[in-house]
Amino acid sequence: MASFIIRRLIASIFVLFAATFLMYILTSLSGDPLEDLRQGNAPNKAELIEARTELLNLDVPPPLRYFLWLAGLFRGDFGVSIQNQSVNALLGNAITATLTLVTTATVVAIVLGLTVGIVSALRQYTGFDYSVTLLAFLFFSLPIFWVAVLLKQYGAIQMNNWLADPTISIPVIIGVSLVAGLLWMSLLGGRWRRRLIVFGIAAVATGAVLTYLSVTQWFSDPTIGIVIFAGLALGIAFGVTAISTGLRNRRAVYASLIVALLGVALYFPMMNYILNGMTLWFFLLLAVLSVVVSGAIGWFMGAPDRAPVARTTAIVGFLVAALIALDKYMSYWQAYANSSRVRGRPIATVGASTPGLGGNFWVQGIDLYTHLLLPTIAIILISFASYTRYSRASLLEVMNQDYIRTARAKGLTQRTVIVRHAFRNALIPITTIIAFDVGAIVGGAVITETVFGWTGMGRLFIDGLSAHDPNPVMAFFVVTGTLAVVFNLIADIVYAGLDPRIKVG
Amino acid sequence: MNTTVTQPDSRENEAVAEISIEQKETEGLSQGQIVRRRFFRHRGALISMFVLAFIVILAFTSVGVDLWGLRIPGWWQYSWDEIPPKVNNGVPTLSLIPPVIGDHPFGQDEVGRDIFAVVMRGAQQSIMVMVIAGVVATVIGVVIGAVAGYYRKATDSILMRFTDIIITIPLIVIGAVLGNTFGSLGAAVLGIVIGLFAWTTMARLVRGEFLSLREREFVDAARVSGARDRRIIFRHILPNSIGVIVVNATLLMAGAILLESALSFLGFGVQSPDTSLGKIISENQAAFSTRPWIFWWPGVFIIAIALCVNFIGDGLRDAFDPRQKKMPSERAMRRAGRASGPVVPILDTTDPKEPQSVTVAMESVYTGDVVNYHDPRPEEPGDVQNEPLNPER
Repeated sequence: MASFIIRRLIASIFVLFAATFLMYILTSLSGDPLEDLRQGNAPNKAELIEARTELLNLDVPPPLRYFLWLAGLFRGDFGVSIQNQSVNALLGNAITATLTLVTTATVVAIVLGLTVGIVSALRQYTGFDYSVTLLAFLFFSLPIFWVAVLLKQYGAIQMNNWLADPTISIPVIIGVSLVAGLLWMSLLGGRWRRRLIVFGIAAVATGAVLTYLSVTQWFSDPTIGIVIFAGLALGIAFGVTAISTGLRNRRAVYASLIVALLGVALYFPMMNYILNGMTLWFFLLLAVLSVVVSGAIGWFMGAPDRAPVARTTAIVGFLVAALIALDKYMSYWQAYANSSRVRGRPIATVGASTPGLGGNFWVQGIDLYTHLLLPTIAIILISFASYTRYSRASLLEVMNQDYIRTARAKGLTQRTVIVRHAFRNALIPITTIIAFDVGAIVGGAVITETVFGWTGMGRLFIDGLSAHDPNPVMAFFVVTGTLAVVFNLIADIVYAGLDPRIKVG
Repeated sequence: MNTTVTQPDSRENEAVAEISIEQKETEGLSQGQIVRRRFFRHRGALISMFVLAFIVILAFTSVGVDLWGLRIPGWWQYSWDEIPPKVNNGVPTLSLIPPVIGDHPFGQDEVGRDIFAVVMRGAQQSIMVMVIAGVVATVIGVVIGAVAGYYRKATDSILMRFTDIIITIPLIVIGAVLGNTFGSLGAAVLGIVIGLFAWTTMARLVRGEFLSLREREFVDAARVSGARDRRIIFRHILPNSIGVIVVNATLLMAGAILLESALSFLGFGVQSPDTSLGKIISENQAAFSTRPWIFWWPGVFIIAIALCVNFIGDGLRDAFDPRQKKMPSERAMRRAGRASGPVVPILDTTDPKEPQSVTVAMESVYTGDVVNYHDPRPEEPGDVQNEPLNPER
């Protein structure tokens, strides 16, 4: 194993050197960095040209200039851009912006894609499966810039118009209810009688909720409130336990219920005192605390089989805490939407924040989310499709294995077979894909960033390329190339570690 | 006594009958016929094939072709570079009820160009890029992958490291370099360039296939009977890996058309005065609120072409690789449990003499004396084969 890693690392270093050299030559071939000065008519043109030539060593031919650049790189210096800005500083800002944007999108896409893919595999060759397959192919064939323009039109402009007067018209309520009914029906499956009952309940419930939201104009001042919060918390406790350990495990049920009730008890103190005057670090601390405390409750309640119970309660605790945070965010929504900078058009189409907004932690948070919303949807649409296809194929492959048949034959419940035996093994090939995608996060989303005006890594690269500015382009390339190589290696090692049938070395 | 003997016998008979049903399907058919039959059973793929053929014929006959000065006129009254007078502010005349095509079915832009003609020209360019890129990438990828997988050792290491280098170079840079060197890029040049840098996944997949196939008995037999390397590669191993190649080639094409539109959108692809689907969208995205039709139609055509190619790839995979058998549904199992009589056992009919390999998500991973397993990812859309092509990753 060690020799495999060392050999791969050495090979990777050579690959990176060769690739950066090739890239440097290509970038210098792509255009003349002096072009804008030559075409301009500044009075001190000659001096400007000379200054920039001096700055970027343009008098040295590209193959040799590469080594000058490489020497700088070894000192940790990415050089300067043609505007004489330090590329290190540009790179720092770009990475922050990109991580904010792409991390959320990647995490959501992974969670959603895995869930939908697994359900679609478990319901293979049903209407749900066919619709998911069709949608996955459709999303996969979407040009992202085209989607982005549509999103700006319908997700932002029309949505903001609607938010000014958030009533849902009756045909829309009926349509959405029917779709929701169909969705639940095909999700739960079963015989036609059960299907009909599920369809009826889901459709009526959705219709009722939508009517309530419309009549009370909920979207102009959203709130959850203690009653609904308590219901949701208990629902989360039961739902998570049912999937994670099964409701037969009484200890897990009681432990999750205790965590949920603790959340309900903490609702008012949290909303009214503790969450006021929030900072980012305190917020993160509370998030970690909620997971640790609820995990500990599960650990103490869970003997003799502690781990699954602790896992269940930790998830429940995290979700309940997230609900409280969501409600706190919601309480600031109206103030945000009607503030003088936002002026009732909360969903933003470009940029990463509203300039000069001010406000406390929660308002800033809402501002970030409204700016993240559209680009995140655009990125999710694309990667969601591939995750769905992956997890579906992987789970189907596993479900046809002999050990699944054995597990069924020895009388395990469907839940145990799927969650314990099938799901975990189906995740093995997916972990490598996740590793690749995590490595690609920093590379950013070139087109999405361009369309939505985020100044992240993708923009740094594209702007550098169109200005024929070598150093930002190379900085982008070094960072993404190195990460790609490293995560490639990690993917290989993780895969070999998880699947004993694979040998490396 | 009689019953105790006949009981296992009848079960065995049933099991044999079950196998023979599976075999009857493929009895007396050549490999090609089996594949064709399975492909035509995939409804989505079949429909996609007709839709794609329709789009291709429509795009190439309607406004005619213009290849390096050779110009063949089409049946449509306007050309993409012609500027007819504006009618009714350029609103599309196409309507389904009553069915009317009219003078400008897709409308006109602000100067009056016929959007139907422009979109058809764009579709032509995009299809050309797609096909050329697909062919170039497939040829290079197959050759490199075959040589690396067949000769292994130093050849393999060198070729695979070379592949790694190519993977890391972003295609946009190549587009920018060529745009700067040659000025206006035609669709053909763009297709070749995309092909020259998009073969990496194909090479990795073919290499993996070769690594496992070269250990099979029929290769040994060919070698013992004195076949040369070239003959073994092209006559014995390559036909056996045709499934992987064909499937990946289609997915590569689907990726190429999206990549072409993305490059043109960013301004690094097809240049003015010529046009492509991505370029039309890029030029008109600001006009969405006033003239949405200029924006809708090219997008619809990109999606239609990419979707059709993806579906054809899916159908081909099903046809070449039937391993993803249907898993018995819960309902079927309950029904089987309720039914009287013995349950027919599901027999494993796979050849027991396969080499040491495990299947990881639909792709066999060689585990014999392999140094480094090749990419474990299945040939799915959204996978590795599209990854180097997808500029969003």
